[in-house]
Amino acid sequence: MEALSLPAALSLVAGGGAGLSPELRAALGASLPLLQRDYRFERVWFWGCIQGVRGAYYIAQGLGPDRAAPRSRLYSMNCLDWSLLTPATEEMLALAEEVKGRFQGDPSFEYSLAEINPEAAARLVQSGKEPVMKEEARLIATIEQIDRAVGIVPRGAFVKTPLGSVHENRHFEGLSLVEAKKLSSYFHFTEPTNLKNKTLLEKADLDPSTDFLNSLEHDIPQGKGSWSIQLEKGGSVVVLRSLLWLGLTFYHVPMTKQFGYVYFGTGEKNLDLPFML
Amino acid sequence: IPPTFEAAEKCKALFIKEAGEEEHEDLDEEMGEPALPNVMETAFYFEQAGIGLSKDECYYIFLAFKNLISVQPIQTCRFWGKILGLEMNYIIAEVQLREGEEEEEREEEEEETVAEEEKEMGEGEEEEEQKEKEPEPPKSTYKPPPEIPKEANGTGANKYVYFVCNEPGKPWVKLPPVTPAQIVCARQIKKFFTGRLDAPIVSFPPFPGNEANYLRAQIARISAGTHVSPTGFYQFPEDEEEEEGGDTYEENPEFEPPPVAEMVESLAMWAHHVKGILKQGRCVWINPAQKSEEDEEEGEEEEEEEEEEHQEETGQPLLTLISEDEGMKNIPAWTAQASTNLIPEYSIAILQSNRWPGAYAFASGRKFENIYFGWGHKYNPESHTPALPPPAEAEFPTEPGITEAADPTVEEELAFKAAQEEALAEAEEEEEEEGEDD
Repeated sequence: MEALSLPAALSLVAGGGAGLSPELRAALGASLPLLQRDYRFERVWFWGCIQGVRGAYYIAQGLGPDRAAPRSRLYSMNCLDWSLLTPATEEMLALAEEVKGRFQGDPSFEYSLAEINPEAAARLVQSGKEPVMKEEARLIATIEQIDRAVGIVPRGAFVKTPLGSVHENRHFEGLSLVEAKKLSSYFHFTEPTNLKNKTLLEKADLDPSTDFLNSLEHDIPQGKGSWSIQLEKGGSVVVLRSLLWLGLTFYHVPMTKQFGYVYFGTGEKNLDLPFML
Repeated sequence: IPPTFEAAEKCKALFIKEAGEEEHEDLDEEMGEPALPNVMETAFYFEQAGIGLSKDECYYIFLAFKNLISVQPIQTCRFWGKILGLEMNYIIAEVQLREGEEEEEREEEEEETVAEEEKEMGEGEEEEEQKEKEPEPPKSTYKPPPEIPKEANGTGANKYVYFVCNEPGKPWVKLPPVTPAQIVCARQIKKFFTGRLDAPIVSFPPFPGNEANYLRAQIARISAGTHVSPTGFYQFPEDEEEEEGGDTYEENPEFEPPPVAEMVESLAMWAHHVKGILKQGRCVWINPAQKSEEDEEEGEEEEEEEEEEHQEETGQPLLTLISEDEGMKNIPAWTAQASTNLIPEYSIAILQSNRWPGAYAFASGRKFENIYFGWGHKYNPESHTPALPPPAEAEFPTEPGITEAADPTVEEELAFKAAQEEALAEAEEEEEEEGEDD
């Protein structure tokens, strides 16, 4: 969520019971603008918080002029001192899938891969590295996974220019109440995968400047889907909660430009989803 | 009418003070402790830890509690927490009704069950008359395990009564008491709540009840697992004999709150004040082999055959320290933190449960409180594995007359015939020999 609208946004997302203490809010209000200045970001988003057993990681994202470019991510243990995280690699993502369980809360903690996945450990040893995975790498991979899987935006909020870069649509007035209840009005903010699979008839209805992303209605499991849509405050806020990554909450105030998502959770994927629906 | 305005009307209705309330206020002063919990104060403390709903929602809940108290005969009341659902959420109040009211409800329930039994007997008789004409199929010899009775209202898992509503402003609904069978089944399934209390729960093993029962069972499990208080705040009453199965506790007037640093450092400063639920599904173990009076005549012969040893289960006694809670793998059961390191003189101690993510507790001086915000499920380090279906039952007992045996092959038959002829030939020779001897 946008750093500037953080207080208002946090109160909209608070329906799940998770939030930030006044101390952390004040710290964010002071340190996020400084981040923007130091790293020369155009926008700074507060991404959320991953609860470890002994401590919590607070994550911020910085965006450059092209909003769809890979984002810089920073983490902090106290919302004041931020450290830049390296971009995620496929190898990190593959290893992170193996490591299960809570985050420990210590960025230098090492997960011993030999216990978890001996094959991966053997491969690492062969390539000359130690068979461990640092918690920091797991953090990077988890944030990337969450963003790819459930980072969503409303339809029409971003436009793609003919040159290929993406930025906010200044004409976006918000979804209407009817549109806001439909899953098809929200897109994943990552590289689209199934746009090419649509038939020509469907593609004819799409507007290439706004419909360049995957919509939510094709999320597995189909039907009930992996999202819970609720209208809070009698329809003045629409809140989507992801069931796959429990703790990700997206909010949007219909007919206004306000939207955003934040993650407050343990950083674990909910693999039991098919049994729970 | 756009839903925004409907909801706003309902919230506005919460603020309207009824005419008869001024009289109630006088009565309350005589009664002593106020039943209405100070939701805003609790919210302030939890906010220091970053937990809680927005201030507006908290205030609506506060007013909704006020309505609940004016409608129901409530002795003590507490905001238990909020459970999220797919379509709607649940706001839950933990309540103790005044004593007279509970007895009236129990009588009503008994009358209902007696009426139902009479109806069933009447229907059974009609069916029997019809069945006498047709030859009856063999009766199954399956006897279901005896049903474990639920705990009486006011004790064990049913110590408190729970009221839920979907949103502040909507009417409060009372949840039925929980039965051990429901708790045992709830331990084996993991389902999201939809938000509608009458929704069916489709699962294996089949859950005996609908969403209201499942919600009540999860509330009972969460309360038993995560309701804690500073050690020493509650004590066993000295007048009664100290039984290990004691269910009652009272406040300790001589409790001196330890400093916050100590409460965060050592988990031994916190204790459970809700009895744990045994494997059986109850807080106090009951031997299911003790049959009721009606079944004794039929059951005497069977008891000799089916003497299963039901081992008595003992759980932890009531005021156990939480430092004795087992962790899972390398994760402790609780995480303790201070709300702030910058201003230690005003910080409070916060506990987060790792077994039930979403359960929190805080302590600051003499004040403490527990709350739950979450989806209502226990944390499982491994993935949830549903129970496998039981093996198929045998249709009939195996007897020699119906067991299959392989037919003898032609070679075996010829060999058998040859062997028989040899035996006959030998017997004839013996007879001839004997005959010759004569």
